[in-house]
Amino acid sequence: MSKLTKSANEPLFHIVKRDALPAWLAWAIRIGSIVAALIVCALVTVVLTGENPIEVYATMIDGAIGSNRRIWGLFQNVAMLLCISLAVTPAFKMRFWNIGAEGQALIGGLATAACMILFGDKLPQPVLLIVMFATSIIAGAIWGFIPAFFKAKWNTNETLFTLMMNYIAIQLVSFFTYKYSVPKGSGQLGVINRATEAGWLPQLGGHNYLLNIVIVLGVTVFMYVYLKYSKHGYEISVVGESENTARYIGINVKKVIMRTMLLSGAICGLTGLLLVSGTDHTLTRDTIEGRGFTAIMVSWLGKFNPVHMILTSFLLVFLQKGAIEISTDFGLNNSFSDIITGIIIFFIIGSEFFINYTVKFRESKKGVNA
Amino acid sequence: MLVAFIQRAVMQGIPLLFGSTGEIITEKGGNLNLGIPGIMYVGGISGVIGAFAYESSVETVNPFLAVMIPLLASLLGSLLMGLIYCVLTVTLRANQNVTGLALTTFGVGFGNFFGGSLIKIVGSDMPSIALTQTSVCFKTQLPFADKLGWFGDVFLSYSFLAYLAIVIALLASFFFNKTSFGLKLRSVGENPATADAAGINVEKYKYFSTCVGSMIAGLGGLYYVMDYANGVWSNDGFGDRGWLAIALVIFAIWKPNLSILGSILFGGLFIIHNYIPNISFEMQEIIKMTPYAVTIIVLVVISMRRKREHQPPASLGLSYFREER
Amino acid sequence: MVTPAIELKNLTKTFGNVIANKDVSLVVNRGEILSILGENGSGKTTLMNMISGIYFPDHGQIFIDGKEVVIRSPKDAFDYSIGMIHQHFKLVDVFTAAENIVLGLNEKGRYDIKKSTKKIKEICDLYGFELNLEKKIYEMSVSEKQTVEIIKVLYRGADILILDEPTAVLTPQETQKLFAILRRMRDDGKAIIIITHKLHEVLSLSDRVSVLRKGEYIGTVVTKEADESVLTEMMVGKKVELNIGRSEPENPELRLEVKKLTCFNREGVPVLNDVTFDVSSGEILGIAGIAGSGQRELLESIAGLQKVNEGEIIYHNPKTGKTDNLRDKTPMKIRDLGVRLSFVPEDRLGMGLVGNMDIVDNMMLRSYRKGKSVFLQRKQPKELADKIIADLEVVTPGAETPVRRLSGGNVQKVLVGREIASSPTVFMAAYPVRGLDINSSYLIYNLLNEQKQKGVAVIFVGEDLDVLLELCDRILVVNSGKITGIVDARTATKEEIGLLMTKNDNGGETIE
Repeated sequence: MSKLTKSANEPLFHIVKRDALPAWLAWAIRIGSIVAALIVCALVTVVLTGENPIEVYATMIDGAIGSNRRIWGLFQNVAMLLCISLAVTPAFKMRFWNIGAEGQALIGGLATAACMILFGDKLPQPVLLIVMFATSIIAGAIWGFIPAFFKAKWNTNETLFTLMMNYIAIQLVSFFTYKYSVPKGSGQLGVINRATEAGWLPQLGGHNYLLNIVIVLGVTVFMYVYLKYSKHGYEISVVGESENTARYIGINVKKVIMRTMLLSGAICGLTGLLLVSGTDHTLTRDTIEGRGFTAIMVSWLGKFNPVHMILTSFLLVFLQKGAIEISTDFGLNNSFSDIITGIIIFFIIGSEFFINYTVKFRESKKGVNA
Repeated sequence: MLVAFIQRAVMQGIPLLFGSTGEIITEKGGNLNLGIPGIMYVGGISGVIGAFAYESSVETVNPFLAVMIPLLASLLGSLLMGLIYCVLTVTLRANQNVTGLALTTFGVGFGNFFGGSLIKIVGSDMPSIALTQTSVCFKTQLPFADKLGWFGDVFLSYSFLAYLAIVIALLASFFFNKTSFGLKLRSVGENPATADAAGINVEKYKYFSTCVGSMIAGLGGLYYVMDYANGVWSNDGFGDRGWLAIALVIFAIWKPNLSILGSILFGGLFIIHNYIPNISFEMQEIIKMTPYAVTIIVLVVISMRRKREHQPPASLGLSYFREER
Repeated sequence: MVTPAIELKNLTKTFGNVIANKDVSLVVNRGEILSILGENGSGKTTLMNMISGIYFPDHGQIFIDGKEVVIRSPKDAFDYSIGMIHQHFKLVDVFTAAENIVLGLNEKGRYDIKKSTKKIKEICDLYGFELNLEKKIYEMSVSEKQTVEIIKVLYRGADILILDEPTAVLTPQETQKLFAILRRMRDDGKAIIIITHKLHEVLSLSDRVSVLRKGEYIGTVVTKEADESVLTEMMVGKKVELNIGRSEPENPELRLEVKKLTCFNREGVPVLNDVTFDVSSGEILGIAGIAGSGQRELLESIAGLQKVNEGEIIYHNPKTGKTDNLRDKTPMKIRDLGVRLSFVPEDRLGMGLVGNMDIVDNMMLRSYRKGKSVFLQRKQPKELADKIIADLEVVTPGAETPVRRLSGGNVQKVLVGREIASSPTVFMAAYPVRGLDINSSYLIYNLLNEQKQKGVAVIFVGEDLDVLLELCDRILVVNSGKITGIVDARTATKEEIGLLMTKNDNGGETIE
């Protein structure tokens, strides 16, 4: 009898780590969570607009891919988000919390804009482009390296450090937009080199954004190969999984941290270039539009796999574009898309719990008698 | 002019003080809530919604209700935000950084959305959200403040929320250092396994500290709209103050009483350009950079000195799972 | 007859297939010190964890003062006045001693640190503790931390105290002080249980001794009526024939010499103290000792993972005939010298392998740097993985399965297989059969024997004395970081080694 009383006093349920779910089930849970999120989003939209849900979804799809221009815009935005997401991924894989992508990209954009302004009428276009690529990549790399150096040397908290670096970059950009502003004192750069188009990324096949998209595709392939097939990528995985193992096989962890953040920052810097020279042809403190933060979520949701990240960034941008269309259609505010993004992410990160853990209830047959 | 400068600096600092006190309480429980900027937006807009509903439903406002309704609405809004964070990170053990950033995206969007669409949604005929009457109630000063010259201006000229911010910060300091409750909370943030072994309910404490922290941070948003901005909501008007509040946490090395002084300093740096004659626009931007630069220096120095009392709570940012001993 | 303070009846606890405790029954009275004696893995700590509410027994009963109780959590244990001092202290580093002591008690509102301090001081005076209550934990020595832990449980009103290996981290002087305090507590009417494997401590301190072996309760003797040899025999048991094959070493030549090796831990306490020995090719050198006597540091020093304070590690290269000093060299540099050193660490998934990587990628850990290409070469690792899976009969869905998902025995086969594949000249393995079933264990023994016959110098750290005696050629016994003896495994007895492992040795431990 004593056995019965005791088991009755065991906790009703407890949470244990799961071994591993079959891949299809894990994906089913993820897709289920997205569907649930979409339903919640639809409910929110219906409450706010009073339209029927089908109407709402139709508007959304129309907003995202309703016209040629919109489709191009969609792909351009996916490419930009994906590029920053790819940049932060190696750092995350190494468990280095780089939330400074916003700043690293912005500083790359600043370097680009500075080259365009300073050398726009001094260098021939090809040389100028090369200089721009080099400076933006170096600027981003430096911005990423600084926190990595302190992390490696003194174990300075990288989350907080990179976060602060964002605002240093933003203020620097503000400083320079005043310094070079057109007209003087307006605090705006306007379209840089409007007449000469010096330092503008060339159009590919007559499409504004095609070159951007091609470059990002290149980066995607590079990152996929780098992480999966290169020795560096292998070291990143080992360091991220277990520093003890890294030590055991003689990997220099500090070197890997600094090297990886140089790369992470460099790709962020490249994104800045694509946004300034390939898209906006101007620079403001909001040029990155918070993509540096969204990228962290994209990378996390895509499980650090560049191919999955194409899907997650597509999903987020699609919803954003759709939500913006809804808000325009119904005279609401554009920020509606942020709400939608937030809800979707809450659902997806919440669903990971059910993939990694399982709730075990007390076996009922023991508890019945007690 | 110095008096006016201090006055403005304090008013700039109060939202940061609310935000950083809230974040310190949260971080002491081991949760690094990067959703604070979003929560402050939600705290602000919830108060606006409450005030808007009340002002548009009555002819003349009752000062007590005009304060209480937005206040409660604001607290409720930020509490819900805190709960979202806790459910995801504590119960579902999601990554704290990702959750926090998503919360900020959501919260800022929520604030700007309702700020921009409230009138449209309720179909009101008001031209814009200007809650002047509510703001007047919020800004009620001590009656004798203006009779005491500079002393009154520097120390007594603020509204009740400003004093509340300081009182909360001092209370938080007191709670951390002098009460057994504070001791338990700190132990949860430092070493949850030890706290667990000592019979402390780790999850309960994390929920509590994060939710209370969120509510306090939300008040910063409320103060900004009702007091600083005279009841006028403008989208993105709150700006990056939420991140500045997180910077202030580090600057104050996780001590709420230090963050009182820090908030006034940061607030002063935010507006000092208005008081320097002939300063160029670009220099203004450089001055606005200083709080972040100083914070980085503090962060680096504390990591180099390795003095244990000045480190972030040891388990900051990590989920606790008992079976992973 | 007095009612015992605590009585255990037929407690059993299993973890998966491993039986940690089987039908253990014990009695402890007030005003008595009971020692629980047993080798590593004999289930002492598991048993005590069941009393202190960390584990819940599968079945069996616990009585406190004659009443049956259910202990589900550490809090329940506190309520029954049970206090356990764990081997790994559970203290908050940035808190003061006083803050740690009062932590978790349900005192409402503002805690009265003065009143608490007064109460703590009374406890200190009563039993003779010396402690600065304002000192932060991170500034404290191990012995001070332990004092805080003990006061912590006393402050909570514990009168049944359990101490898990309390002397493992103490100097002899500190140990004497602790024992004086424990005796005072006993005289004060408390029931004390002390887990240990040091015989001299058992004999000098306790009133009665209960012995566990491999999870089973062997018996209890009154200390006065026992001596070292009786206890050792109870602890290690009769010799069991395992039928592990053993060949004679062929053409042994000197491979590795360790001279006067000394290492300090972070607290400045020596974890290896003046260790000197050598290993030859074609022999298996066993290392026996209580867990934490310096085995890990010894192997890690040789592998280039541990900071060495004094001494030399000389490698005799069979190819060139030259010698190299491996001290203060990183694993990379050691490899670059042409030293073919393989190491199977104790922590397989945390150090030797990466749990989330598949078998192929784990094969590459040692070899991925080969060649100038920036890309990984997965062809050879894949072949190696397939070969190991086939040769060692690794049960896995395929070479692309993450090793985390394999069972313990198969994980070990993958690790040992990889380390052998680099055709080492020195092969070191720490507890390679821990947690493995019989078949896998024998497979590992055979692999070690194979290596020996190939002329490899094998170092084998083990815990099962029967295995050490049948597998090894020589056995080196370490005790608190010092070598207490090197014996011939063909002639030595279990008791002899057991005594070397546990004998009191005051020399060298006294460095403060």
